[in-house]
Amino acid sequence: MDKPKLATCSLAGCFGCHMSILDIDERILDLVDLVDFDKSPINDKKAFTDRCLVGLLEGGCSTEENVHVLESFRNSCDILISVGACAITGGIPAMRNNIPLTECLSEAYLDGPTVYNPGRVLPSDPEIPLCLNNVYPCHEVVKIDYFLPGCPPSADTIWEGLVALLSGKPLDLPYQLVKYD
Amino acid sequence: MSKDKITFTIDGCEVTAQPGQTVMQAADAANIRIPQLCYLEGLTPHGSCRVCIVKANGRLDTSCTLPAVEGMVVENNTEEINEYRRDLVDMLFVEGNHICPSCEKSGDCELQGVAYELGITAPKYPYQFPRRETDASHPDIFLDLNRCILCARCVQTSRDLDGKTVFEFVGRGPDKKLAIRPGARLADTELDITDQVVGSCPVGTILKKRVGFAVPVGERTYDKEPHPEQPVSE
Repeated sequence: MDKPKLATCSLAGCFGCHMSILDIDERILDLVDLVDFDKSPINDKKAFTDRCLVGLLEGGCSTEENVHVLESFRNSCDILISVGACAITGGIPAMRNNIPLTECLSEAYLDGPTVYNPGRVLPSDPEIPLCLNNVYPCHEVVKIDYFLPGCPPSADTIWEGLVALLSGKPLDLPYQLVKYD
Repeated sequence: MSKDKITFTIDGCEVTAQPGQTVMQAADAANIRIPQLCYLEGLTPHGSCRVCIVKANGRLDTSCTLPAVEGMVVENNTEEINEYRRDLVDMLFVEGNHICPSCEKSGDCELQGVAYELGITAPKYPYQFPRRETDASHPDIFLDLNRCILCARCVQTSRDLDGKTVFEFVGRGPDKKLAIRPGARLADTELDITDQVVGSCPVGTILKKRVGFAVPVGERTYDKEPHPEQPVSE
């Protein structure tokens, strides 16, 4: 029987949650026995080739591209797990949410104390994804099935969560493994 | 005729209370855990966070303000009531800007403490992302209203224990917020680092400067076990 497929992505995140996935150390050998990686920064595979059982999401949605990637994960994965504070709450990027986007852009590109931009040009290249008005947690954009909080969630949290899911056991994380920081 | 002892039950366990005690005080004395957030010993119970709600004789009420009555039947640790508590804590999270990874109080935060205790992994309501003020003008104390849950501990502590009335609420309903004297910054108030109010905040709204990371994340109050300040009997 084919192994189930696992996909991962980093949306508006810092890749810290992916570092935490790698932090499972030698258990990655067990993980390879349990799943095959499909689209993921870990194997650098850019597009889905198969339907996946599980998608791990790092980061919230800050740009239109984040939304497209998130929707492609929802369409290609049976189960989506929000991993980490940014996917669940918007996290640090969401600290811009109580400042209007035009103010954020002018601080970053026009009026910030270290900005040199004599043409006063805001980035508008079609290659650059447009910013959304706010940063959204993943579950406010598509349905999310499970949540693993943390900044990042520890390798043990991700490992226990994934193994429980893949082996069909109930997820009963000990108190120390569910933290928001 | 006044009795000198009151007997009632919490989740079927018989509990004895002194006349005048609240349900929460009697539960604490009997080592029965009722999740609590805005309650602080030494202040007048305020019932503002509503996390300590119980069902007493079939009616929901906050156990910190509810006097124990002879024969009362209290439901506490039931799935129904814990679900109400999760809803209440969820709302406190989404109404403010609680970015735990960026907060010095993380791990010592009592809001986190009850959320961990109730097993919340993600809030079910949409985030509001309100625009709130911060004030770093005081030499020893930060004020960050992004994290304020309007528990009133600082209002009461400053007024009743410090005798200063540095903090007060203004506005009503969704516009209610913590405020200091109009036009003043925190540095312009009588607030002093030795005031009891500095230690009264359950979240990261009132913070001492320069000590935020004296205890590393991972070794803080709520990192290893829930509500270690209050032991629980099985």
